[in-house]
Amino acid sequence: MTSKTDTADQALTLGDRVQADRVHTSLYTDPAIFEAEMDKIFSSTWVWVAHTSEIPEAGSFKNTYIGRQPVIVVRDRKQKAHVLLNRCRHRAATVCEGKKGKTNSFVCPYHGWSYSLDGALRGVPHPESYADQLEKGELGLVSLRVEEYAGMLFATFNKDVEPLVDYLGPAKKWMDLFMKQGGGFPVKVAGEHRFRFPGNWKIQLENTTDAYHFPLVHKSFLSSVDKQTEEMLDFVTGTGYVEDLGNGHSVMVMIPALVDLEANLDAPIPERFAALADELRAEGNPEDEVRRIVRAVGGSGFNLNIFPNIACSMAFFRVLQPISVTETEIHHAVITMDGGPQAANQARLRMHEHFQGPMGFGTPDDSEAWERVQKGSSSGKDLWIMLNRGLAGEKETADGRASDVSAETGMRAAYQQWKKLMTA
Amino acid sequence: MNTELITQVSAFLWQEADMLDHGEYAPWLESWTPDGLYIVPIDPLETDFANTLNYAYDDAAMREKRVARLGSGESISTSPVPRTIRSVSRFRILANDGTNVTVRCAQNLREFRKDVLKHYSADVTFDLVKSGGSFLIRRKIIRLINSTDTLQGIGYIL
Repeated sequence: MTSKTDTADQALTLGDRVQADRVHTSLYTDPAIFEAEMDKIFSSTWVWVAHTSEIPEAGSFKNTYIGRQPVIVVRDRKQKAHVLLNRCRHRAATVCEGKKGKTNSFVCPYHGWSYSLDGALRGVPHPESYADQLEKGELGLVSLRVEEYAGMLFATFNKDVEPLVDYLGPAKKWMDLFMKQGGGFPVKVAGEHRFRFPGNWKIQLENTTDAYHFPLVHKSFLSSVDKQTEEMLDFVTGTGYVEDLGNGHSVMVMIPALVDLEANLDAPIPERFAALADELRAEGNPEDEVRRIVRAVGGSGFNLNIFPNIACSMAFFRVLQPISVTETEIHHAVITMDGGPQAANQARLRMHEHFQGPMGFGTPDDSEAWERVQKGSSSGKDLWIMLNRGLAGEKETADGRASDVSAETGMRAAYQQWKKLMTA
Repeated sequence: MNTELITQVSAFLWQEADMLDHGEYAPWLESWTPDGLYIVPIDPLETDFANTLNYAYDDAAMREKRVARLGSGESISTSPVPRTIRSVSRFRILANDGTNVTVRCAQNLREFRKDVLKHYSADVTFDLVKSGGSFLIRRKIIRLINSTDTLQGIGYIL
């Protein structure tokens, strides 16, 4: 009885599986689709790799992945950022280990081939056996195209892809707004919470523009904050909105009053920051500086989803890394003010610990919900994931299309980009 | 070696471990000094916990909120409640001035929830203060052996 439906669904093309208001369940469950995503999305478009503060000096490096391919993000002696495949050109061993660090060069532990910080092959031990036939100039670490906007470093395997600034488009102005939470200081990544959940990466991608789940999934978090904060986070019926910014990017404005952290500095200081404000005053900071810093500490009132793997999410960076069709790794990187007041940065750290991470009051509940999405999607193979919330109220804007704050407009935007890349 | 002190300390810490495994949070909350800190760091070598990112950095107010959350039924990641059984051993007194005692021990914890059995090993360091015939906890630092790895939700108190 079900075979007829199954056969019909197997006949669906990849493009058919993304409709205007729904996507097919196989997008969460089909290993062949996952393999295609690694090639057509993660190896074909811009992928976020680091914030510049993660590689502050010459020789600073960070190890990460683009799709499933290990890459080194490193700053060379001329301060230029490089993204290099972490694979020796001799017999493929990784040349750099550890999540981050500082080095003068990359030396393969297997046979000692050494590479400079820009990836050039510098030397091989006992070269005489090659009889001068080793094309050293051709055997540097594979170097990816790297571009930066607002301190965010992106890399791509695709030499023909549009410039990063064009790819980001209207997302750029939201990135600029997000960086205002430096409170006048440079934004700095000061550590991260890393966790995995047994589910497809797009379940997390959707979640960043999902206001609908917040009051339910995060009830226990809302019970743990003061009344004023709880009211501020009661945004599902508020005047916020979700806007499709093109190329799969979208913004969910939850708290419109906190879009521009340098505006409304005369607004009353929230109760939860009263003690921090007093501490900053006691340190001798002028009142306008106190207000600017305190407002920045609370974070931005929006989530910006940048396709496919990074979000500027209220007060932190959310990074997603696909592991397999049913497993995803997430990093929630905490943001502090580089050189800012210690008390303000401690407040940022404590806020992050309160919600994020395996012992936070928010993340574990998200993770549980996503796990259940994956579990449920193993049934009803012919069913669809419904993404039609807020479709009726969607209106054209200068940058794209927008609907109410709990609309699934951002998810629809991401899946349209998915469709464009997967069927290219 | 001060075996009398080891006996007193181990009796107190076994009681703490038993309280946490059996959800006796009210007496657990009372076994702290008012300025006590419960800390689960990420970096195994970190010592400046206030100025770095941890998994947990709980003062008295946050400990109370954590306990309230576990019992609230509002959190899907802790309903059903995970069951835990922990063994605490390898006690070593690192410092003792007659009032303040610093003790390091090993903790092996098994967690079971929804068909999954997990295992967390940790080095735990307690700063204890003598109080009456027993102790109060001024600081508890739980250094998970895999703290730098990707973890899944820990819906209980380590």
